[in-house]
Amino acid sequence: MAGSAPAAVRLTGWGFRYASRRAWAARDVDLLVEPGERVLLTGASGSGKSTLLHALAGLLGPDEGEQAGGITVGGQQPGRARAGTAVVFQDPDAQLVMTRAGDDVAFGLENAGLPPDRIWAAVDAALDAVGFPYGREHATAALSGGQKQRLVLAGALAGRPGLLLLDEPTAQLDPDGAALVRTAVARAVADRGSTLLVVDHDAAAWLPLVDRVVELRAEGGAVQHGAGWAPAPLRLPARTPRPAGELLLRADAAGFTHRGSDVPALPPTDVAVPAGRTLAVTGPNGTGKSTLALLLAGLRGPTTGRVTAGPALTAGLARPGRPPHRWRADALVRRIGTVFQHPEHQFLTGRVRDELALGPLRSGAGDDAASRRADELMERLGLAALAEANPFTLSGGQQRRLSVATALATVPFVLVLDEPTFGQDRDTWSDLVALLAEQQDEGRALVLVTHDAAVVDALADDVLRLTPATGAEGPA
Amino acid sequence: MSLPLSLGPARPVPLSSINPVAQLGALGFVLPVLLVSGGLLTPLIVLAAEVCLLPAAGLARPRALLARTWPLLLGAAGVAWVNVLFGDASGGSGWPSAIALAVRVLALALPGVLLVASTDPVRLADALTVHWRVSTRFAYGALAALRLVPLLATEWQTIRLARRARGIEPGRNPVAHARLFAGTAFALLVAAVRRGTRLATAMDARGFDSGVERSNARGSRLRLRDAGYLGGAALVCLLAVLVSVRAGDWHPVLGG
Repeated sequence: MAGSAPAAVRLTGWGFRYASRRAWAARDVDLLVEPGERVLLTGASGSGKSTLLHALAGLLGPDEGEQAGGITVGGQQPGRARAGTAVVFQDPDAQLVMTRAGDDVAFGLENAGLPPDRIWAAVDAALDAVGFPYGREHATAALSGGQKQRLVLAGALAGRPGLLLLDEPTAQLDPDGAALVRTAVARAVADRGSTLLVVDHDAAAWLPLVDRVVELRAEGGAVQHGAGWAPAPLRLPARTPRPAGELLLRADAAGFTHRGSDVPALPPTDVAVPAGRTLAVTGPNGTGKSTLALLLAGLRGPTTGRVTAGPALTAGLARPGRPPHRWRADALVRRIGTVFQHPEHQFLTGRVRDELALGPLRSGAGDDAASRRADELMERLGLAALAEANPFTLSGGQQRRLSVATALATVPFVLVLDEPTFGQDRDTWSDLVALLAEQQDEGRALVLVTHDAAVVDALADDVLRLTPATGAEGPA
Repeated sequence: MSLPLSLGPARPVPLSSINPVAQLGALGFVLPVLLVSGGLLTPLIVLAAEVCLLPAAGLARPRALLARTWPLLLGAAGVAWVNVLFGDASGGSGWPSAIALAVRVLALALPGVLLVASTDPVRLADALTVHWRVSTRFAYGALAALRLVPLLATEWQTIRLARRARGIEPGRNPVAHARLFAGTAFALLVAAVRRGTRLATAMDARGFDSGVERSNARGSRLRLRDAGYLGGAALVCLLAVLVSVRAGDWHPVLGG
């Protein structure tokens, strides 16, 4: 593993079908990457980009499924070339092994059986190559998402791999963290000591770093894009801004501090949420964006200040004077709907139809009304064909649409969404933004917590940018 | 609520300079002696020696000490209380035997507290794999899993809140509470298995399953002071037994 020459990648009529699926995840892919070349692999979700990367990393054996055509790395089967191949995946927390930065970078070198006296020099070189700003002893748990991913990259580079594979390495990071990782990649592959293959839907950001772009087609095959190629612009909904309606929710100096912590997760903040408007909450990680969303959604009570609901929201409540976080859950879901960052956290049933009927049933609608509401939503959001499917088996884009639909099922006045466009490709992004624009046109108030500048441009009427209160680095 | 076990790199304390396997080895003397001793004097002497080591493990301040040992103290008190209640029935003699038992529980458990307070988990894994040939796959796999524990605590909170956001709340009904707890626990388990699988894939992608004999960058050395620590532990045990025998307080009970 210590020092492989840049490897060539060759795929001829390659395809792969997972053992548990009937459809091929990827097929008819022809691709030739020269040693030291830097290639971006893009394509819609479900086009098999990640499958291809896993295959090149030698992580897909006969147990995982059926393979067609030829695939080689440096002229060898990927499984045999594994010692010279390094991979970086999406989630840094599912890749770091050790508690200290230096130990983590050393992990791969130890696995390769490198003698201890040669390990530390290689570790220091790798940390330097990615521009890691802290020492070997720095605790990995105290790093931001971007720095964690930088460290993962250092661990991948420490063995001087001939082939470096990056599987959406910035998908879970804020824009600053993503830029940090791209800078580190640029710096690390500048000497062309490794062949680089990056998989990402966000093609634009990687264009300055790669020699060319290859697009995988969902129906099979790969398209080679020439120089000067740029992704098609995003489809944006046409919108007519509306005047602010009745005030639905407001926060007065509302802040939150976790029990046992000295530093507030959210410093006192003022927010007004009127009907028919969209508020985007932006800012770096660790500034309390998600915490603010939880306060406005009535899921947590502020530890300082208060959150109050306007008369339109409190109408019909037994005790209208109570703040939203003390409302009963069934009353809450008919007034404020929340969509969490990870849809799987919210799914409670085994079928898409049941998932949509659950909210109405819980908030007192009868069986018939609940099932009518579910049908209507499935029809409108293009989920009708999946009525019987298990929510956990849906694709990322479908899961996101379903989680928004579950929040809409109880017809709330306010919709609070945490990173709704996270992990969406261009098509699912546009569908989702169109769906949210519709909600706004129907007079709902939207609160969007997001890092995505495009969604802010497309939807926001008002922007609240939270800034770090101290110089301390927050959790990812 | 703060957990008595803290994860992540431990701040070094004087006792950290003793190799973890020497600390575990010392248990090899202490455990058998405590398990067979019946009186009060033997566990009391051993406990006194252990208490003397607490400052070396960075547990000198009462608050820090209490934070690490409250479950243990609670357990010892529970054992004593049960023994007072039912002591006569089982032939014991109430308070004296209850106190002897409580002291024994404390003396048995305190070495664990010392080990946890003074040992970095990574150093423990290094020592176990280097000196005792514990499988590296097991030791470093466990270490990686340990890193995920604090993340699970955050995930638990999120799942609870997400359920309220779906209109699910137990209210005052204890059965609904139990069902919500079970549902949340299951969702957490699913999430943990998914993340664990991804972590295992990432580790194998870094050659963890390559079959090459793993080297160890940090190493783990046994030094003279480790032998001294073991000798000290043996000496304390010997002393405790001798004093008890001399004082007529040595009533060995096999198997406790």
